[in-house]
Amino acid sequence: MGNVLAFAEFRSGTPRKTAFEAITAARKAADESGAGEVHALAIGAAGLTAAAGQLARYGADVVYCVEHPALARYSPEVFAATVARQIKAGGYRAAFFPASAEGRDLAPRVAARLGVSLASDVTSCELTGDALVARHPVYIGKAIATLRLTGTPALVSLRPGAVTPVEQQRAGRVELLEPGLDPAEAKVVVTAVEQRGAAKLDLGEAPVVVSGGRGLKAAENFKLVEDLAAAFGNAAVGATRAVTDDGWRPSADQIGQTGRMVSPTLYVAVGISGAIQHLAGMRTARVIVAINRDKDAPIFKVADYGIVGDLFEVVPALTEAVRKARADH
Amino acid sequence: MKIAVCIRRVPDTEMRFAVAADGKSVDQTGLKFDLSDFDGYALEVALQLNEKQGPGEVVVVTLGPDACQEILRKGLSIGADRGIHLSADPVPFDGLAIAGALAAALENQGFDLILFGRVATDTGNGTVGPMTAELLGMPCVTAISYLEISGGRGTAHRELEGATETVTFPLPAVLTIDEGIARPRLPSLKGIMAAKKKPIESKPAVLGPVRLVVERLELPPERAAGRIVGEGPGAVPELVRLLRDEAKVL
Repeated sequence: MGNVLAFAEFRSGTPRKTAFEAITAARKAADESGAGEVHALAIGAAGLTAAAGQLARYGADVVYCVEHPALARYSPEVFAATVARQIKAGGYRAAFFPASAEGRDLAPRVAARLGVSLASDVTSCELTGDALVARHPVYIGKAIATLRLTGTPALVSLRPGAVTPVEQQRAGRVELLEPGLDPAEAKVVVTAVEQRGAAKLDLGEAPVVVSGGRGLKAAENFKLVEDLAAAFGNAAVGATRAVTDDGWRPSADQIGQTGRMVSPTLYVAVGISGAIQHLAGMRTARVIVAINRDKDAPIFKVADYGIVGDLFEVVPALTEAVRKARADH
Repeated sequence: MKIAVCIRRVPDTEMRFAVAADGKSVDQTGLKFDLSDFDGYALEVALQLNEKQGPGEVVVVTLGPDACQEILRKGLSIGADRGIHLSADPVPFDGLAIAGALAAALENQGFDLILFGRVATDTGNGTVGPMTAELLGMPCVTAISYLEISGGRGTAHRELEGATETVTFPLPAVLTIDEGIARPRLPSLKGIMAAKKKPIESKPAVLGPVRLVVERLELPPERAAGRIVGEGPGAVPELVRLLRDEAKVL
């Protein structure tokens, strides 16, 4: 039997969905390794113990909370020291992190501190005897590797959205811990976190992504894309590299090989020809819709549904129809 | 400043991939190789820092088979001063094994900055940079989209989901570079000529233990060909019907 640790990511005192994903994956691994316990570890300024119940609902037997006024924001050194110390102390079989911006920074640091290897950005995994076997997209999603990770503890970071959180109530006994490093000693300091439009959904988490390309002809025409996203109500706005290179949209909105990789339920490509670098970032969407005036555009090869036509006519009509369809619900 | 830029030779991702006979690697036949996308940004950042801040040295470092010297030569033609080739064949998939070799080679060499691309386009791991930093005990900021250095300290931006973080750190430091920070320059003819005279030092990589391996490689299932619903705004009602009744996403 082996216990398993899940790093529970919080932002502004609230658990992120990735926390529930990590706990769900840890629950599965703990069961596979023989009735082990799941320990969640949360680090922040305040509000962690209050949220412990939510972590218990997804399968945490114990919730370790590290609350310190200087840890309202991420601190790579303090977080890495705290997580590494807990993994050493807990003798875990495995530890799960999110492959989010924070987890991609944290997990490799913890692995190096402990001298153990890390399977990074995995979409599924299982513990089988002496190894952990995981699936991980390589070559920008053009191939899928099955990885074999040996050694204990096995460290894993999970691609956000790849694991569906499953409710499985456990006790979630709260225990308080001190930070593994005095925050005053940290050399790397996060001095500000600026939200990009607080109400907006993140590209990686939105169920629907509406993206625009060069076909929109000018930055101001992105209003059409934004209106369509607003009509869906649960959509984020993305863009192609050509568009972010031209400064029509911030580079953080870029979807593709050198930008964000997204797997929404629905992806709507507006005025996007479908360059291979762009396809790399969205081809795993469940349903793809393309609107383009060129019927030979490569985007139609991956799109489930396509409309050939002038986006300046089609998109407003679609926005209106989606708004109506959702109102009728 | 003395800056090391760790670069990686990867297959051009625009190519079609096939799985090799061993079932766990890509068939290399006909593949073109280049340095990984983000590593190009890292090199550009290093060159711009030294152009702005006065003379320094930019050292490109790579780990892999002898063929990796091509990308060192490319780095030199773009403007790096010398190259270090850590010889290893094959290159392990385990980021910690690579980080061990890089840390051993870069330790106590007086680098002010050690730069990496945010993630390699072949492995998709993004672990070697922060692991190397930890092994060297150096401050590290990952996935940065903005950088300013002055008076022995740096300020960087990192893109989070829906937010931007501002991070300060002291030098020497390890940084991993995200897209959008600078536009990489191309080698000039003069640069290509000059690169021929620049030194490349080759020595065996002292790899750490390998505990993460690729057991199997598969190509993802092709997306089934979709259909054109129709032309122009007249096709919108049918599209909405399909999204609602067939795809069930509305």
